[in-house]
Amino acid sequence: MERPPRAVRRPRWLAARLAAVRDETANARTLVFDVPGWPGHIAGQHVDLRLTAEDGYQTRRSYSLSAPADGERVELTVQLVPDGEVSPYLTKVIEPGDEVELRGPLGGWFLWRPERAEPVLLVAGGSGIAPLMAMIRARRAAGSATPFRLVYSLREPGQMYFADELRRPGPGVDVTLVYTRATPEGWPRPPGRITAADLGPYAPADCFVCGPTGFVEAAANLLIDLGHDPARIKTERFGPTGE
Amino acid sequence: MTTDHLDGNTLAGPLSEIFAVDITAATGRCAGCGLTGPVASLHVYGPDPGFVARCPGCEEVVLRLVRGPEDAWLDLRGAVSLRIPLTNGTSPAS
Repeated sequence: MERPPRAVRRPRWLAARLAAVRDETANARTLVFDVPGWPGHIAGQHVDLRLTAEDGYQTRRSYSLSAPADGERVELTVQLVPDGEVSPYLTKVIEPGDEVELRGPLGGWFLWRPERAEPVLLVAGGSGIAPLMAMIRARRAAGSATPFRLVYSLREPGQMYFADELRRPGPGVDVTLVYTRATPEGWPRPPGRITAADLGPYAPADCFVCGPTGFVEAAANLLIDLGHDPARIKTERFGPTGE
Repeated sequence: MTTDHLDGNTLAGPLSEIFAVDITAATGRCAGCGLTGPVASLHVYGPDPGFVARCPGCEEVVLRLVRGPEDAWLDLRGAVSLRIPLTNGTSPAS
């Protein structure tokens, strides 16, 4: 039978009830929502989140989904942006049982599908790890043997999201940590911004780069310099602040 | 180079109110310089008072989107064309 036209799957606002919270760092946490009617999603997609105040004032932000589809469970990982309007609420105030509205899944470009067998190079800057973590988890959930390499740039060791999982990423997933300000003791690479040496040597791959705008521009240019085909580099920018 | 912009990925939600398919995966051609690329790669400024999407090659305005309480204004002056994939949907089943 033919699938229904896509118009009937147009994303709409759905009520989302917070089910659980996991701290990732001192300033970031993963929010697990139950979303009745959630249609499922593909790793790399995002949602728009809408908050409505008692006086009717509404505000919305986009957040990456940090885990693959799991029925009507949806996970977002949110970093606190000081002076932000939404992230302080999501990282410090909201409690299990509280409701927000989510619209999604959104985005048809920054995606990884498990049936794709080409090697993958993931490049994360800070909280840009979130949609890339969904890809790593989707690979594992699908039992995929596609070679993955993650290069994760972070300020200092305490800023690492999903730390337990990424320290034991499993066979076929190679994780390189690039510290920009401070390293663990005895770390062989001095702290500093990501370089071509961190991303190389060149091997053909589907590349996904996510992070603050400046980081994404720099990393995408390094990948092109290394020889990657620009048509195989997909980017997602958080803007200067991530909010 | 300025870094105060987002990119076209962020338009997926607002454009989903207007189009029945995801437009961020569509390939656009810039009317300013002729560059082709996905809508997702446009440099996007916004969301307030509206979104302005500029070509990553020449920074000309490709698309503007303003959402009011009753309607949306979509200005595509800088896009010669949009090639919209119709078979590679974003449903997990596709």
